[in-house]
Amino acid sequence: MTGKKTDKSILELRDLTLRLGDRQILNGITMDIWEGHVHAIVGTNGAGKSTLASTIMGLAGYRDFGGDILFRGESIKRMNIDERARLGITLAWQEPARFEGLKVRDFIAAGAKNESEAGLAHALETVGLRPDEFMYRAVDKTLSGGERKKVELASILLMKPGLAFLDEPDSGIDIDSIQRIFRVVKLLRGEGTTVVFITHSKAVLEQADHAFLLCGGRVVDQGKSARISKYFENECMPCGVRDPLARGETDER
Amino acid sequence: MSDDTVKQELYSSIGQDPHTFDNPEIAHVTINENKVLASNTVPGLTVDVRELPDGIDLRMELEENRVIQYPVHMCFGVIPRTGVQRINLDVVIGKNSKISLMAHCSFPFAVDVKHIMDAKIKVMDGAEYSYFERHVHSETGGVNVLPKAVVDVGRGARFRTEFQLLKGRVGIMDIDYETHVAEEGLVEMTALVSGSGDDHIVLHETAFLEGASSRAVLTSKVAVRNNARSEVFNKIVALAPYARGHVDCKEIIKDNGVAVATPIVDVRDAHAHVTHEAAIGSVDKKQLETLMSRGMDEDEASEVIIQGLLS
Repeated sequence: MTGKKTDKSILELRDLTLRLGDRQILNGITMDIWEGHVHAIVGTNGAGKSTLASTIMGLAGYRDFGGDILFRGESIKRMNIDERARLGITLAWQEPARFEGLKVRDFIAAGAKNESEAGLAHALETVGLRPDEFMYRAVDKTLSGGERKKVELASILLMKPGLAFLDEPDSGIDIDSIQRIFRVVKLLRGEGTTVVFITHSKAVLEQADHAFLLCGGRVVDQGKSARISKYFENECMPCGVRDPLARGETDER
Repeated sequence: MSDDTVKQELYSSIGQDPHTFDNPEIAHVTINENKVLASNTVPGLTVDVRELPDGIDLRMELEENRVIQYPVHMCFGVIPRTGVQRINLDVVIGKNSKISLMAHCSFPFAVDVKHIMDAKIKVMDGAEYSYFERHVHSETGGVNVLPKAVVDVGRGARFRTEFQLLKGRVGIMDIDYETHVAEEGLVEMTALVSGSGDDHIVLHETAFLEGASSRAVLTSKVAVRNNARSEVFNKIVALAPYARGHVDCKEIIKDNGVAVATPIVDVRDAHAHVTHEAAIGSVDKKQLETLMSRGMDEDEASEVIIQGLLS
């Protein structure tokens, strides 16, 4: 697989709705994620960004949604998490899980069972973790949040997914490490992974080709990330809940 | 079966290279049922073994001020499908000495095997004794493991023990360790056990913190699947000023497994401090979903999480 940008949708969301308790979280989301591109889904807290990623991944509590999700043209609505993952979809959590006793080596090999030891070590090096220091550490509280994020990214590198959602990739990460994560994202894209950032960070948004602006569980704008960034910073952050699509302020993706 | 064949079978079951024991600097004793198949000792360490009708009496004494460089290996096995192995252990670790002991207990073909240990252990002042017990069982569940130990830990002495079932079904296991800790002594006891089928796991680990500033940490990590049952009764009694202790029990249950944890903290000195935590539940959802999002199915992901916890 190459990292060529296409205008073909790898993921299609069709009128996605989700209610959690008495709250309507996703409110008719229709979205096309183009293969080979880097996308960002932005919005303020509570806009529905992480819920959307959880729904696409099929996490427990997010399975009873309306509408449909198509991956490479096939509905994944009835599929479990692992079935979706084996098709090529994965998610990096905003706050990665801690695993008592589980070694970094075994964690990153989870999605890459036939990978050589050298390959595992290379993935750790790529995300900025020294294999001799980290390979046999446990993925537990002895690792910082930033280190666990890097370990998770290494596992995604090894998995070579078709589509990776990275939820708030910069949270808990120092400035130098953010740049490294951006380089890893370029590498992922170069190897054929379509990347979707879930973010409310301008720095992350700027790494994307295209962006979707979510508000109140709806896509209220989409287009080139530079324009969405400007709107997000100037109009959205103070939060006047408006609908730029209705105002005709769109551009081509 | 010749003694050599039994010995090879025993070493093979525990994954031990027999040539390890060619090194004269490594003390070891290999026992199948009630018969000593091989042994070696090193300067400062006396090991006397007496064969009994259904087991052995083993007395091990380490002189004062001795440090044994390499871990001492004890291989206790019952290679036949049925049998009883009773081990009466009498251990004295002399003052300011240091020793580490690796006990391999192997019952790889057991259908009805009983392994009973009755140990009296004295770790004298300033000494260090680490005891790692690794079990290999058959898959039938036909093993009964009943180890009992009373351990005296002297002033400033350290006693560490770690029990782990490496392979096979538990069967029935009832571990009962009682430790008495003198001033500034330290006890660390860890048990890592995974049960399935109709296994029954009982852990009684107790530390009496009798001396000032004595310390104990009792850790149990248990997983029960299918219809397995575990009962953990870990107890720290603090009787002296500045005694410190912690009881930690984590248990994962799957299927129809049943887990009971009863951490007991008994503090009888106002300057002592003992804490406990117990957590029992299914495999953590977020951990499971993380591994599943890399393509593992639920059972495979659960197993990876459980093996991590028990590692």
